[in-house]
Amino acid sequence: MVKNNKNQIKRSMLAMILPIRALAKRGLAGWLVLIGAAITAAIVIMTLFSPVIVPHDPTQINVRPPPGNPSPPSSQFPLGTDDVGRDMLSRVIAGGGVMLQVAIVSVLACVAIGVPLGLFSSHTGGLVDKFVSLIMDSIYAFPGLILAIAIALVLGRGVVNMALSITVVYIPSYFRVIRSQVLSIKELPYVEAANAAGARKRTVLLRYILPNVLPSIVVVATVNFADAILTAAGLTFIGMGVPPNVADWGWDLSNGQKLLASGSWWVITFSGIMIILLALGFSLMGEGLSELLNPRLEKEGE
Amino acid sequence: MTLRTYIISRILLTIPMIFILLTTVFVVMRVLPGDPVLLHFEKSENLEAMNRLRVALGLDQPLWLQYVNYIFGLFRGDLGKSMQDFSPVAQQVFSAFPATLELAIYSMIIAGVLGVILGVVASKSYNKPKDHIIRVFGIVTYAIPVFFLGMLFQLGFGVGLHWLPVGNRFDMSLSPPAGLNIGNLHLATGLYTIDSILEGNMFKFVTSFKYLLLPSLTLGLVLCGVFIRLTRSNMFETLRLDFVTAAKARGLKDSTVTYGYALRNAFLPVLTMMGLQFAMLLGGAVLTETTFSWPGLGSYLIARINFRDYTAIQGTVVVFGILVSIVSLIVDILYAYLDPRIRL
Repeated sequence: MVKNNKNQIKRSMLAMILPIRALAKRGLAGWLVLIGAAITAAIVIMTLFSPVIVPHDPTQINVRPPPGNPSPPSSQFPLGTDDVGRDMLSRVIAGGGVMLQVAIVSVLACVAIGVPLGLFSSHTGGLVDKFVSLIMDSIYAFPGLILAIAIALVLGRGVVNMALSITVVYIPSYFRVIRSQVLSIKELPYVEAANAAGARKRTVLLRYILPNVLPSIVVVATVNFADAILTAAGLTFIGMGVPPNVADWGWDLSNGQKLLASGSWWVITFSGIMIILLALGFSLMGEGLSELLNPRLEKEGE
Repeated sequence: MTLRTYIISRILLTIPMIFILLTTVFVVMRVLPGDPVLLHFEKSENLEAMNRLRVALGLDQPLWLQYVNYIFGLFRGDLGKSMQDFSPVAQQVFSAFPATLELAIYSMIIAGVLGVILGVVASKSYNKPKDHIIRVFGIVTYAIPVFFLGMLFQLGFGVGLHWLPVGNRFDMSLSPPAGLNIGNLHLATGLYTIDSILEGNMFKFVTSFKYLLLPSLTLGLVLCGVFIRLTRSNMFETLRLDFVTAAKARGLKDSTVTYGYALRNAFLPVLTMMGLQFAMLLGGAVLTETTFSWPGLGSYLIARINFRDYTAIQGTVVVFGILVSIVSLIVDILYAYLDPRIRL
């Protein structure tokens, strides 16, 4: 009897950490989350262990002479080499590090700034809210990549600077979702009841409203991960991301573009597919989560 | 609210937005740490040359005066002088603009048409395999870096099959389409496909179309996912409304009901989305232009970045921002005109 109980607890704890079964029962949306999470986890694990699993040093040139010509896939180099003789397989394995770091830092920074700002602005209301919203809408309307380019240009290269420029671009996405959610939740009877019972404003905002906004934050952050990765790839592609001595998929694409005319398809193809997979992993998760957690959000097309 | 008051209030809202946008760009380019002149010269030690450049561009003045000059300059259509060649930035931006506009128009057409058709098909087989496939296709297009798709097209249709040119806007050995020339009347849009028709030169039309095809297909495909999703969910709801059932009951053809009745009503939000997507489109255009050496604003921006030509970059970014504001204004007004409920 006791043993049975323990097993049950174990199982339910496992279900809380890895809700695979529960998700699989939720139809397409659940499967989207599962597949997305699997892709993302695989890439993150590959990146973390890349120093151990790469067959060659991804930044070492002239693994195979002669330099100047990328060599096609062979038994020794399954994905070929680039123009200075770096092993593409190793670069594909190790090339996600920068992008993941940039995306994580920028998403965390966006949540840390955008969420409090949205809560504060919508709860304060009045002129403050109007003013903050106007600024956020102006930034939101701006072509994101172009603003990120301008900021990255001024800040210079590097992981933190890339993350910062992406953060500025995407804060309004969080702000807008939080604000519209708070505005609608504010009118719900239970919040009115809390107000009528004399709860402090801060308590209402943090204990009553915030928990109901959390699912939307998760959805926005997941979708935003994909955006951040694609923006980071774009910045690197036009030469504003990482310095050339770092293995990075975006850099491989910009390097491989010069080699296209000679037909060296292998320099870009595999790194490009990795970027797609990483962005796709987060997009699938975001798509599924938005349906599972927040049917309202789906309708608004956000 | 009448349409006129709506338009006026919408325009009044656009003015502070553009103002904030201009200020943001100024803050980013001038106020953030990093002296443009120093960055332009990178590691040069020639103080005298730097100071001369500062004076020539007015960068020696106090920041507030620079800001005032910048705003008033914009009102006169003056974007300042390029750090690289001292020619007016406005002129260079103006000459690069039609290429970007042409790319944007064709990409938007491809994204819109493809997205709406696929969205309609998906909504009609809601939650069936066809719907799932289209949905996943939409998600995948969203995850593709536009420059990667462009390069794959270049590899396939250009380098591999030799069907289409992989870069540039027109055949270098030909003179670009001249537009309409009758006596003293010169009419040229700068859009090569239209100008070649105005000139009456079919060969030039086909040539310019060939050059346009891969870039606009690239950008259009990447953007179509949003339209698929929106059309799908709107059509799904519209197809269940009474007037659609009534039309079906009257025995109208299925395609008439779908496209003539339901789609007409589901289309308005798609139109708004086109306006919202314009910003994404321009961002994608920068990368697409770089990939295809398409001589538009994006290529100009990237080329100037390589020179650290701050004044030119600032001018281009401002133009991009103003373009987006104007397009969203037009779309909102159009939407209010088509759907009177908005004005309530």
